[in-house]
Amino acid sequence: MSGYLAVLVVVLIFIVIFQIAKASEYVSILKGEKKSRQQSNRVNGFLMISFLVLGLIGVYYCNELLRGKMGSGAASEQGEGIDSMIMWTLIITGIVFVITQILLFWFAFKYQEKEGQKAFYFPHNNKLELIWTVIPAIALTVLVAIGLRHWFRITSEAPKDAMIVEITGKQFNWLIRYPGKDGQLGRKFFKNINEATNPVGQDWDDELNKDDYMATEMHLVVNKPVKLIIGSRDVIHDVGLSHFRMKMDAVPGIPTTLWFTPKYTTAEMKVREDNPDFVYEISCDQMCGAGHYSMKANIVVETQAEYDAWAAKQKTQFDLAHESATPAAAATPAADSTQKAVAVNVVKH
Amino acid sequence: MSNEATLHSQQEVMHGAAAHGHGHDDHEHHHEGGFISKYVFSMDHKTIAKQFLITGILWAIVGAFFSVLFRLQLGFPDTSFPWLESILGHWAKGGHISPEAYYALVTMHGTILVFFVLTAGLSGTFSNLLIPLQVGARDMASPFMNMLSYWFFFMASCVMMCSLFVQTGPASGGWTSYPPLSALGDASIGSKIGMDLWLTSMALFVVSQLLGGLNYISTILNMRTKGMSMTKLPLTIWSFFFTAVLGVLSFPVLLSGFILLLFDRHAGTSFYLSELFVAGKALSNEGGSAILYQHLFWFLGHPEVYIIILPAMGMVSEILAVNARKPIFGYLAMVGSMFAIAILAFLVWAHHMFVTGLNPFLGAFFVLLTLLIAVPSAIKVFNWITTIWRGNIRFTPGMLFSIGFVSTFISGGLTGIWLGNSSIDIHLHDTYFVIAHFHIVMGVSAFFGTFAGVYHWFPKMFGRYLNNTLSYIHFWITLLGAYLIFWPMHYEGMAGMPRRYYDYSNWESFKQFGDLNHFISIVVIIVFAAQLMFVFNFFYSIFKGRKLTTTNPWSSTTLEWTTPINPGHGNWPGEIPEVYRWPYDYSKDGVDFIPQTVPLSKDEEAAGGH
Repeated sequence: MSGYLAVLVVVLIFIVIFQIAKASEYVSILKGEKKSRQQSNRVNGFLMISFLVLGLIGVYYCNELLRGKMGSGAASEQGEGIDSMIMWTLIITGIVFVITQILLFWFAFKYQEKEGQKAFYFPHNNKLELIWTVIPAIALTVLVAIGLRHWFRITSEAPKDAMIVEITGKQFNWLIRYPGKDGQLGRKFFKNINEATNPVGQDWDDELNKDDYMATEMHLVVNKPVKLIIGSRDVIHDVGLSHFRMKMDAVPGIPTTLWFTPKYTTAEMKVREDNPDFVYEISCDQMCGAGHYSMKANIVVETQAEYDAWAAKQKTQFDLAHESATPAAAATPAADSTQKAVAVNVVKH
Repeated sequence: MSNEATLHSQQEVMHGAAAHGHGHDDHEHHHEGGFISKYVFSMDHKTIAKQFLITGILWAIVGAFFSVLFRLQLGFPDTSFPWLESILGHWAKGGHISPEAYYALVTMHGTILVFFVLTAGLSGTFSNLLIPLQVGARDMASPFMNMLSYWFFFMASCVMMCSLFVQTGPASGGWTSYPPLSALGDASIGSKIGMDLWLTSMALFVVSQLLGGLNYISTILNMRTKGMSMTKLPLTIWSFFFTAVLGVLSFPVLLSGFILLLFDRHAGTSFYLSELFVAGKALSNEGGSAILYQHLFWFLGHPEVYIIILPAMGMVSEILAVNARKPIFGYLAMVGSMFAIAILAFLVWAHHMFVTGLNPFLGAFFVLLTLLIAVPSAIKVFNWITTIWRGNIRFTPGMLFSIGFVSTFISGGLTGIWLGNSSIDIHLHDTYFVIAHFHIVMGVSAFFGTFAGVYHWFPKMFGRYLNNTLSYIHFWITLLGAYLIFWPMHYEGMAGMPRRYYDYSNWESFKQFGDLNHFISIVVIIVFAAQLMFVFNFFYSIFKGRKLTTTNPWSSTTLEWTTPINPGHGNWPGEIPEVYRWPYDYSKDGVDFIPQTVPLSKDEEAAGGH
C-alpha cells in the first residue's frame, strides 16, 4: 500500500513540475525571447557560481566525514610506498582540479551574456598552447618516474629469506598451503584434486609434499617478507590485500606471485585502528561468480615465537589424506565458515 | 568527379533501392513513400539517427533501472521489497535480490550502457544526423548500408532483450565476460544459454558498428561539399571521424575474442582454458591462457572508452563555441589532440591488466603511454576553458550540459592519472575508486555530451524545442546528483573496497561504509527520476514542443542550420551550399556570427582568411 502511495506522490510531483514548466514556457513567450533568455542566463549564472562554492565546501566536508573510514594507512613496507605515491599524486591532481574547476565555473558566471558585452575573437595562441602542453608533460614525467621506481621495487624478486605461502582460489574460498619444514612446496597437478583429501591436487609421490600443510587462516610473521604463490582451480580470482596495498590475480593454469613485508601484528593493528574486532582480510577482487562477495580468508600477523608455536601444531595434508576418510574431511578447509555462508546463499535460491 | 555528379549518382542509388522509386531525380522533391519506408526501413540518415536515439533512450531506461535495482541491494541490504518479487520472480524471493540476479543486473547494466547506449545510441545518433548535414551531403555514402547498420543493432537489441527472459538468466560474468567464468556453464548460471545469447547479440552489434563506421569514414572523406576542406570541418565531424576509425580497427579484434570464446564453450577447444577443476571434476582442457582473452577484449575495450568520449568531446566543442559566441580556442590543437588520443588509444590496453601477472617491464611501457594520454586531454580541457573566457555566454540547456561535461571530464580524467600509474593501480584496481573514475569520466561525461547534443540538435531533428524549465531542472539535479553519487566512492576505493560485491556486511574492512552506500542509493533513485523527466520532456516535445520559427535558432555558422526547419530526404531543397570559411567565425570583426556559406570579404582575403 505504501508502495502505491509513494508512486502516487512521485507522479503528482512530476505533474506539478510539468505544469510549472509549461506555464513558464507561456510566460517566456509573452515576455519575448530576449527577455526570457536574459532571465534564464541570470538564474543559471548564479547557480554556476553557487555550485562552485558549495561544491568546494562539499569536497572539504566529504573529506572530513570519510577520511577516518579509510583506515590507519598501509600495513606493509611496500604499501607505505604506494601510500606516499598516492599522496603526491593527490597533491598534483588536487591542485589542477581546484584551479580548473574554479576557472570553468567562474568564467561561466563572469562572462554570461550581458547587454553591450562583446565576445573576444580569440581563435588561438601558440604560446599559451605550448605552455599547457609542456607543463602537464613535465608533471606527468615526474609522476611516471616516481611510479615506475615503486613499480619495479614492488614487482622485483622477493628476498631470499622470504617465507613462502601458496594461496589457491576456488569458488568460493581460498586454499592456503605452507611448504612445511623444508621450505619448499611439493608438486601439484589439477587431476589429483580430491575435494575431501587433496584440495589443491598435491602429488603424493613427491617427497617435498610430505611436510606441506594446509591452513584455514594465513599466518605471517611481522617484519618478515612473505612471498605468495598464487593460483586458481577454476575461474580467475584475485588476492586482494587492502591493508597491505597488494593485489594479484589468481589465474588457472598460470601461477603468479607477489611479495610484501607486513609491518604490524594483528594485535598492534587493533590498537592502531582503534577496533578490537580488526582483522586482516583477503578479499577476492576479481568477479568469480555468485559467491564472489563472500570469498574471504583471514590473515594473522604475529611475532616469530607465536608463529612457530602455531606452525608446530599443524598437521600435514599428507597425514590427513592418508588417515581414515572421516576425520580428514573435517580438517580440510572445505569445511570453513565462508564456504558454509556461500552454500546457504546458493542453496537459498 | 564533380560534386553535382556525385549527388546525382547517389540520388539514383537512393531511388533504386527504395522499392517504390519515383523515376526522376528531382532534388527538391523528397520521398513521401509509405509509412514503412519513411519511418521503419528508412534510408534517410536523419530518420536512422532518430531510430538510434530512441532505441538508445529505451535501452538507457532499462540499463539505468537495473542500476537502481542493484543499488537497492547495496543501500538497503536488510530491507525487503515485496514488489521486487512481483517483477523478478524467483530472482528476488522474499523481496531480496539474489546474488545471481545481482550479478546479472550488474553485467547487463554495464553491457547495455557501454555498448547499446553510449556507443550505438551516442555515435549512432549524432554521426548519422550530423555528418551529412555538416559536411554538406544529401545522405551517407551508402544509405542502404546505413539502414542495415541500424537493423543489425536492432537485432542485437532483440537478442539481448530475449536473454533477460531465459530460465537461467542473462550473462552474469561482468560486462567484460572474462573466461573461464564466462566459458563454463558449471561455474556460473549466467554462463549457460544467457552467455550464448550475449555473444550472439554482441556479434550482431559488431556488424552494426562496422557497417556504420565504414559509412561515416567514407562520407567524411568523399562527400564534403565544395569548399569544405578537412580543416573547415566542424570539430564534431573530426570527432566522429576518429571515433569511426577506432571502431573499425578495434571491433573486429573483439569479435575474434568472442569467436574463440564460443569455440571454447561449444567446440571443445582450449584457447582460454587450462587446468580446471569445476563442479567436482577435472576438465580435460590444458594449455590455454585465460589472459589471452583479456588482451583481445581490452584491445577493443580501451579504444571503446574513446569511442564513447570522442563524439561527446566534439559536440561539446561545437556547443561551447556557439553559445560562448566565440571561436573554439586552438582548432588545430583540438584536432591534433583528438588524433593523438586516437593513436594512443591502441597502445594502452594492458593498463587494465597490471595485476594479471603481466610482465612488469611490459607494464612500464603501458604506464608511460597511458599517462601520455593525459597531455592531449589536458590541452583539450584548457582550450575549452579558454573558449568560454571573455565570451558572451548564453546558458542554453545544451551549453549547461557542455560546461557540466568539462567539469566531470576534469574530475574523472584526473583520477585516471592515479589509476594509470601501475603501482597505485595495484591498490586501487577493481575497487570503488575505479567505479568512481570511469563512471565520472566516461559515464557521466559521455551522458552530458549526449544530453548537450540532444538539447542542441533537437530543434533540427524535430522542428521543435524541448521545454526549457524541465531542461534546467534536469541539468542541475543530474550534475549535483552525479557528484554526490560518485565522489564519495573514491574514499571507499581508497579503503580497498572491492567492486561487484553483493553484500559488504560480513567484511570487517569495508562494512563501515554502510551508511554511505545507503545515502548513495537514495541519490541514485532521485537522479533516475530526473532522467525519466527528461525522457518525458523528449517525447512530449516531439509532438507538443514549441515550434521553431527560424531555421537557425542558435545563430550558428554550420551547414545544418541552412536546411529548412523540417528538411526532407536530401536535406537541401536546392543546390547544396558551398563553403568558404571555417565554422568558428563568431564575434569576428564585431559581427556576431558569419555562416560558413558566406564568402570571404576583401579584408579577410587580404589577411589570409581562415
